[in-house]
Amino acid sequence: MEPPVLDVRNLSIEYRTSRGIVRAVDGVSFSVPKGAIVGLVGESGCGKTTVARSITGVLHQSARIAGGELVFKGKDLVAAPAKEWLEKRWRDISFIPQSAMNSLDPVYRIGAQLEEVLVHRGGRTRAEARSRSSELFDMVGLNPARLDEYPHQFSGGMRQRVAIALALALNPGLVIADEPVTALDVIVQRQILDVIRDLQRKLSLSMILVTHDISVVAYVSDKIVVMYAGRVVETGSTADVLERPRHPYMMGLTNAFPDLDTAAHDLVPIDGSPPDLASPPSGCRFAPRCPFLLPRCETDDPASAAMGEGRSVACHRAPEADDLRARAKESATWLPA
Amino acid sequence: MANVQMPAQSLPAGQGGNAFVAGLRRILRDPFSVAALVIYVLLVLVAIFADQLMTHDPTQIQFRANGRVATNQPVSEAFLLGTTNLGRDIYSQLIAGSRNALMVGVTAAISVAALGTLVGLLSGYFGGRIDAFLMRLADVALAIPFLPFVIVLSGFFRANTWNVVIAVALLLWPNTARVIRSQVLTVKERAYVEAARVTGASDLRILFVHVAPNILPLTFLYGSVAIGWAILTEAAVSFVGFGDPSRISWGFMLQDAFVSQALSRGSWNWFLPPGICIIMVVIAGFFLARGAEEVLFPKLRS
Amino acid sequence: MATGLSATTPLVEARGLTKRFAPPARLTDMFRKERPHTHAVNKVDLTISRGESIGLLGESGCGKTTTGRLLLKLIEPSAGDILFDGTAVAGLAGPSLIDFRKRAQLVFQNPFDALNPRFTIERALAEPLVNTGVERATHRDRVEKALSQVRLPPLARFEGLFPHQLSGGQLQRIVLARALVLEPDFIVADEPVSMLDVSVRAGVLNVMREVRASLGLAALYISHDLALVRYVCSRTLVMYLGRIVEEGPTEDLLKSPLHPYTRALMKAVPVPRVDQSRDPLPIIGNVSDARGQPKGCSFRDRCPLAIARCADDEPALRSVAPGRRVACHLV
Repeated sequence: MEPPVLDVRNLSIEYRTSRGIVRAVDGVSFSVPKGAIVGLVGESGCGKTTVARSITGVLHQSARIAGGELVFKGKDLVAAPAKEWLEKRWRDISFIPQSAMNSLDPVYRIGAQLEEVLVHRGGRTRAEARSRSSELFDMVGLNPARLDEYPHQFSGGMRQRVAIALALALNPGLVIADEPVTALDVIVQRQILDVIRDLQRKLSLSMILVTHDISVVAYVSDKIVVMYAGRVVETGSTADVLERPRHPYMMGLTNAFPDLDTAAHDLVPIDGSPPDLASPPSGCRFAPRCPFLLPRCETDDPASAAMGEGRSVACHRAPEADDLRARAKESATWLPA
Repeated sequence: MANVQMPAQSLPAGQGGNAFVAGLRRILRDPFSVAALVIYVLLVLVAIFADQLMTHDPTQIQFRANGRVATNQPVSEAFLLGTTNLGRDIYSQLIAGSRNALMVGVTAAISVAALGTLVGLLSGYFGGRIDAFLMRLADVALAIPFLPFVIVLSGFFRANTWNVVIAVALLLWPNTARVIRSQVLTVKERAYVEAARVTGASDLRILFVHVAPNILPLTFLYGSVAIGWAILTEAAVSFVGFGDPSRISWGFMLQDAFVSQALSRGSWNWFLPPGICIIMVVIAGFFLARGAEEVLFPKLRS
Repeated sequence: MATGLSATTPLVEARGLTKRFAPPARLTDMFRKERPHTHAVNKVDLTISRGESIGLLGESGCGKTTTGRLLLKLIEPSAGDILFDGTAVAGLAGPSLIDFRKRAQLVFQNPFDALNPRFTIERALAEPLVNTGVERATHRDRVEKALSQVRLPPLARFEGLFPHQLSGGQLQRIVLARALVLEPDFIVADEPVSMLDVSVRAGVLNVMREVRASLGLAALYISHDLALVRYVCSRTLVMYLGRIVEEGPTEDLLKSPLHPYTRALMKAVPVPRVDQSRDPLPIIGNVSDARGQPKGCSFRDRCPLAIARCADDEPALRSVAPGRRVACHLV
């Protein structure tokens, strides 16, 4: 098997805050296979964006990598000198932000901004850059005639297409998209996801898609990494994890999500909220909200264990997941004690 | 039942009830702000205990043991900073001047902050014609040159310290008003302001209960800058000779020293102390503003 | 204000409701006679009966939020009338406006912004009662009652707490409780859960559904999320560029969407499953610029079915089946 493009190993990231050191990412491991879209999902504050930022090398200044490795194409970025990391980041790892407005300069024509990247970072000639820009616009479904327009002349969805074109300009080895469709309406959202899916198939892109929305992941990604309170709780192929979740958190989310295709059933919330990471619980971090709690869950932190077929789950009761899943479907299970 | 978890996450200062305390704590961590606070506290203490601190009557001519007027005395035990060319005690004048500085500074600052805040609030909140009128008025006030205005004012009302206070208040409020206004424009778009409206709060209640408290820190910021400005202006006006001759101020002392050619005689003990005092107080105003700014706009912190 | 003329009078009725916004002034406008206006809301008719729960569905910029604000008299319409319980809302002022405020309330999208950061939870909950002059002695009881309605613990548990010390789900319940202390008849909920994490969304939605049913509240849910609207609303209005393009019982609308826009919207709704249709959407391009008032159907430039007539002739919202209305020439 081909080695993964990116291997995140036991990554930990800490923030300095007024309330002390907060470990926002704690021992996270997952890998990005070549030519696959990996969906990194979780609720706000679970650490998914911090992980993404650490890979692109743009962590907030109060954050630092406290341990672990980020092995990109066989080389550990964490151990590499800062300069090398930046080189990589600019040439080989690209980024699609939530709002493209932030990455586009309002006073320059869009074409000029694309060419800028191609000439200065990609080392192309002006003429080459010009034709490559048209090609990129074509790829993301924009009319190359609009290269001479300014960002404000584009709608939100079109700007997001430009952001994708910018990210693909230098044929990156890895693309990181942080909530790329969250700010968009459903129809535009779907159109952008279609662009991402098509390009990924065509160019066999390797990609990490960070999102809070499981539907987005379900639509485009091959593999899913679920984070909760700074930890990875479950990974596996998207179909497998969504159809047969093995972690109680994922089981709970399935009930809490309104689904248009199924009959209108009652939604069942997961009681409580994620723990305060400044003083995380000593055992499993989901324990305070878990309906399948065992005494050991409160004292003994479950490690992520491989379950075969690329699945891994961090739960003491993972072996009985099939039983638990049946019980999780009943709303009574989730009623607070 | 949902369990109420206490403090969920850390939040930047500037929100919540003890934001003021948190802000104060951050100010105290900034050495410049601490220096500024020390200067202001000293000024206040000296002004309050001026009567106890003065060794002589600052307006009285002092005599030597031999009965001659004690002119141009050097620094000594009897005259801590020496005497003027007419035999007045410089140290006592300096102490008396602090009272004047504090009075001018504080009253001007309060007037500027109050006027500017009120105009900014009304202008930003009500918008439309009220806004247009008040902002044009602000443009006019800003267009008037400062020192000539004070001098003209002195011409009308006789030389008087209050001219300076009135001039500072009349000409400096637009800066405050504009900043407050823009802040009000932001705050009034917040959902909690709309929530107040939909739950039946009157305009005045929204303005003074929901909007004003959230822009009050800016009022303090601009007030603290105005203190320095007012003291500097008073000194300038006194220096060019339009000050109140019956009142001893640092600017008056400088003018006195200047016309008596203290500079060419090298009487540093005369012109240096009031100059240093003015500089210190003005700089303290700016340092405090700088510290307050960092608390108010944490994004500026690098 | 006058109350309940009869049980059959709708609680809220809007006729020809229109709101135009002037664009920001530009230097070049000096040479124009008339500046183009944005029609945020364009000739909207709607009725909401007592105890009824209606969804207003649309994409951002379609005018759904403006419609909600108009119904609550937070902004004034450019044209059209709103009747609340038979009384024209436009003329309300002073005490009659306060009475209206007590009866029509709003739940906000962003709970983190909807509460004054300087007010304690306790003060925030009592604020509506203070504003509307409710007798002080009853405040505590009414606040406690509202808290229990939204399934939050008693006030004592929130002693001295400020909004930033609570989680999003709790805050949104507080926001709902603040609306409920006034004991309203009508609530507008503007994207009430879109800012909340998935795991807590269901809790808030369930509370809203429960409260609405047990108190017999009429509600207008404004949302872009069809799944959410389906969960809480019996009837749904679909809005596109300031106009209602389709209306009907939610389940009927889902089963057989009539307007081409509704059809595209329904296909675009993401579902959390891998086996789903990934066919191209039956829609062209992006939302057109809502400025000005183009002749004909406002959806025609994105409509895959558009015919010549759509370009000149604006389709009226007309009844096609009991309870169903649609604005399309092709239906």
